Amino acid sequence: MKHAEIAVIGGGPAGLMAALAAAEMGAKVTLVDRNSRLGGQLVKQTHKFFGSEKEYASIRGIDIGRILATEVHKNPNIETMLNSTVVAYYPDDGVLGIEVEEKKWVKMKAERIVVATGASEKYLLFENNDLPGIYGAGAVQTLMNEHGVVPGKNVLMVGAGNIGLIVSYQLMQAGVNVKAIIDAAPSIGGYWVHASKVARLGVPILTSYTVKAAYPNEMTGALERAVIWRVDDRWQPVPGTEKVFNVDVMCIAVGLSPLAELLWQAGCKMMYVPELGGHVPVRNDNMETTVSGIYVAGDVAGVEEASSAMMEGRLAGLSAAKSLGYDDGTYEEKKAEALKELENLRSGPVGGKIRKGLAQLAS
Amino acid sequence: MKSKTVICRCEDVTLEEIEELMEKGYTSMDEIKRITRCGMGQCQGRTCRTLLLAELAKAVKTHPAEIKITTFRPPAKNIKMSVILGGIDNEQNG
Repeated sequence: MKHAEIAVIGGGPAGLMAALAAAEMGAKVTLVDRNSRLGGQLVKQTHKFFGSEKEYASIRGIDIGRILATEVHKNPNIETMLNSTVVAYYPDDGVLGIEVEEKKWVKMKAERIVVATGASEKYLLFENNDLPGIYGAGAVQTLMNEHGVVPGKNVLMVGAGNIGLIVSYQLMQAGVNVKAIIDAAPSIGGYWVHASKVARLGVPILTSYTVKAAYPNEMTGALERAVIWRVDDRWQPVPGTEKVFNVDVMCIAVGLSPLAELLWQAGCKMMYVPELGGHVPVRNDNMETTVSGIYVAGDVAGVEEASSAMMEGRLAGLSAAKSLGYDDGTYEEKKAEALKELENLRSGPVGGKIRKGLAQLAS
Repeated sequence: MKSKTVICRCEDVTLEEIEELMEKGYTSMDEIKRITRCGMGQCQGRTCRTLLLAELAKAVKTHPAEIKITTFRPPAKNIKMSVILGGIDNEQNG
């Protein structure tokens, strides 16, 4: 049985920051990630971030991932386990089950656990939603930004949140034609700076529209045509409002839901909060769940974006270390700073949804 | 090719199948999982769980928060039997 003071599960923005923060306080950290490299989804983010210098503003996501991963690798307090997936938490004895390189089974007992497992993509129900050519936005980003492969020629983007807007722009940078961006909501969900960028390039953004059906090419069986229709203010589709797009790619970017399996296994109290992506863990302002010693950070704690994930990670890492007695007198000040950063990130109209969700979670 | 709307990609369960079951009175996630294997495949329900939740809530006219979701058990993803069958020899102790 392996032993860890603090196990951080997930090496994305939240997990990296949690590991660094806990190590900074003096705790020994074991960071576990299922991929062969650290950084999580940051590796796909070719755009520059907002926020303040604490969240590495004006640096591209992929570079933030590199910076944090380098810091983690050279930190003597952090041990990294890559190609390792935590697939089990056994609540009777608090042991983690980890599958390593798809061939070894490692059990680990950690005094504190930070779950930073992120989120997975949501999907949509419409006729022929399984045709080749229909992608999740994450898959499109993986293809283009990691492997340098374009998904097709003409794209219908479904979802005008930040991911839909950013991936649309990235598609256009790669020379792909984005025919339209649609969203079932009556307004654009993402930041205006991202929306303006694609709108200036002439891409129509159609709000209050959803996908009705997709149709295949008879020869290839792959997507050839997408039909959308308008939804009314009760989210009901309106017959007669159909529009047709000849596209070989449909990219679905309709939000994320927290990857909370381990929290469910552990018996953490969960609450359904649609504003945060679905079932999310109830926690205190140290990011500790209702199961003592289990902390959360990032999208698994409520879907937001990478900058706030980083700050939640820092908060969780600091608090987990503090609870083990690691505090050189700077804890309160550092915690207050992280909370203040989070408040700033969540201010403004775009943060309204998150603030509402968090208020519900705290009630 | 016949059109279909897929709800669970791993187990190839369609919305039509789910709707038929709901009409017959199967309105719990557990029942539908056991009958159709919806959510029991490769991804362990990561994609279909939220879709099924929404369909069930709609069918019984309740808020999704009121729907009881299926139990999460280890392992959270499929792993090879050999990983565990190796037993103590495979266990890295340290």
